[in-house]
Amino acid sequence: MFIPLLLILSIVSFVIIQLPPGDMLTTHIMTLRMSGAQVSQDEIVRLTQLYGLDKPLYVQYLKWVGNLLRGNLGYSFLWGRTVNEILSERLPLTVFISILTTIFVWMIAIPIGIYSALHQYSTFDYIFTFIGFIGLSVPGFLLALVAMWLLYKNFNINMTGLFSPEFAIAPWSAGKVIDMLKHVWFPLIIIGMSGTAGLIRTMRANLLDELRKQYVISARAKGLPERIVIFKYPVRMAINPLISTIGWMLAGIVSGEALVSIVLNIQTVGPVLLQATLNQDMYLAGSITMILSSLTIIGTLISDILLAWLDPRIRFGKVGE
Amino acid sequence: MLNLKNNFNDYEDEKTLRVSEEEEKFYLASQWQLIWWKFKKHKLAVIGGIILLILYFLAIFCDFLSPYGLTTRFEDHRNSPPTRIHFVDENRQLHRPFIYKANKKLDISTFQYIIEEDRSQKYFISFFVRGEPYKLLGIIQTDIHLFGTGENPIFLFGTDALGRDLFTRCLYGSRISLSIGLIGVFLSFFLGLIIGGISGYYGGNIDNFIQRVIDFLISIPSIPLWMALSAALPRDWPVVKTYFAITLILSLVGWCGLARVVRGKLLVLREEEFTLAARLAGASELRIIIRHLLPSFTSHLIVSITLSIPNMILGETALSFLGLGMRPPAVSWGVLLQDAQKLESIAVYPWRLIPALFVVLTVLAFNFLGDGLRDAADPYSR
Repeated sequence: MFIPLLLILSIVSFVIIQLPPGDMLTTHIMTLRMSGAQVSQDEIVRLTQLYGLDKPLYVQYLKWVGNLLRGNLGYSFLWGRTVNEILSERLPLTVFISILTTIFVWMIAIPIGIYSALHQYSTFDYIFTFIGFIGLSVPGFLLALVAMWLLYKNFNINMTGLFSPEFAIAPWSAGKVIDMLKHVWFPLIIIGMSGTAGLIRTMRANLLDELRKQYVISARAKGLPERIVIFKYPVRMAINPLISTIGWMLAGIVSGEALVSIVLNIQTVGPVLLQATLNQDMYLAGSITMILSSLTIIGTLISDILLAWLDPRIRFGKVGE
Repeated sequence: MLNLKNNFNDYEDEKTLRVSEEEEKFYLASQWQLIWWKFKKHKLAVIGGIILLILYFLAIFCDFLSPYGLTTRFEDHRNSPPTRIHFVDENRQLHRPFIYKANKKLDISTFQYIIEEDRSQKYFISFFVRGEPYKLLGIIQTDIHLFGTGENPIFLFGTDALGRDLFTRCLYGSRISLSIGLIGVFLSFFLGLIIGGISGYYGGNIDNFIQRVIDFLISIPSIPLWMALSAALPRDWPVVKTYFAITLILSLVGWCGLARVVRGKLLVLREEEFTLAARLAGASELRIIIRHLLPSFTSHLIVSITLSIPNMILGETALSFLGLGMRPPAVSWGVLLQDAQKLESIAVYPWRLIPALFVVLTVLAFNFLGDGLRDAADPYSR
């Protein structure tokens, strides 16, 4: 299942790279000529052969995939560097923020969801439902804009970027990590907002469904303490289906992360992707789409394994078949 | 009803069986009437629906409702903040709404222009005034605008860097922003219906294949994909062409959810006896799908559609906001928000965030409406 998905993904990415009219080499050479640089015929021939641009499309694709498998993602004409170099700077931070957001979303949403289900129609339940509606309706980048403006206007704090100016270009050190942790909460909340809202609602609904089932009544009738009645069975049952939605949630978080990073000027792949797409630097844009998507697919795979590990019924089902 | 009466007549007298007029209305109501009654009880959904009606009304009649033209520039009023409307003048006398003449002054300490009201000159807001000519609904040539203030212009939402009225531009922008959701959803509805229909009706390998494709599309992060796809659009395309290309890109992912709903319902319904009856009667497969199966879950479809419109609107806004969707001279809320990208610009000109309010209001209204419709369309809900 996993390999064919990646295969389709690579085809989609390749199509994206090929979509703009004319090949990027001609465009690149044009821009170079316009800026007054001399492009020798040898150089053109070298570049053409490097990307196999003189060959039919499927050969180009195979060549591209071959390079991909060897870890060579291509060359960014915009940055004048290889895509690998650019991404190796940005990707770790993207992955870090995405994973942190996912953990954050789960840590916030599950307890709130449980609380809301246990105290249905209480004041806090209504408050959380309302916040949830806002979180679902206001996209992250608008939330980022407004929150940024409010913080600046009322407290004169500038929340853009992930580092204070003195750490921005400094090499990694303990001080830089602490500085980053001071800033990272803001994008975390913004990116996680819609995911949290969705998860609270599903968790609440799932748990409410479970609580009405008869095994809960019999557990109570047997005299189990309320804490165990709720946390040992219904909560576990309610969480299991949520784990299988991690894949979609991850896709949403990665999407939101790219947008919010652009607004908040965080040095992840988001701003690079925007620059690349605005300038039709398609190798970079295609590679980023490819990598972000594969990461979410890997995330989905991990969540499936997690689910099989957590939910014994699924394991037994497989063996039975 | 009749049967019931005959059966029970022996045991109970007529009185208890006679239903009140209200109850009878309830029993005789069609499915749509029931939905409508239940929907009316859902206050938030009704409010959402009304807000949407108003917004679409604003979009349709935007040239009449806005005081100026889309590209009218007021050179002396660049970046001016929203005009304050007064009812009481300096002598504490009540008037009909008026504004003071605005003068621009340079603040020496901050080196920023500030607006000072010239209290000596009042301009009353008058209604149905003559202004720039336009064609109402594209047919009626007229120059009457809903309101205006004569020589001294009024800017309800302030102006942009070129001195264009933001209120006017917001109204015009709603045309693209609100319609792209509808057209996009129509497209993905079409795709979802056909693909989901095939998947659910035939089942087997076809179903498996289509479901895997949907799994795949759902697991790709949509924003990067949209960004990469719209990057491929040539910059020199005319507005209309870009508009449809963007709609197409948005519905490329949008159909998945609808296809899921359609398939799920069809899988259940094709096992029902009335489907078998239709098949035995010799109806063609297309006829079975369209005449017998589709009507059974139209209400579910409407709900899914309502809930997927806001995603389309947000997608367009995000793309245009980044400069990848609609481009000036076209205006949509996302295009207007391009001016609000940087903290430096919203710190000084906070009114540039106003288009965001429209986006949020629209999305909230659609979500409330969809939520209410879902409750109303579910025959098993209380």
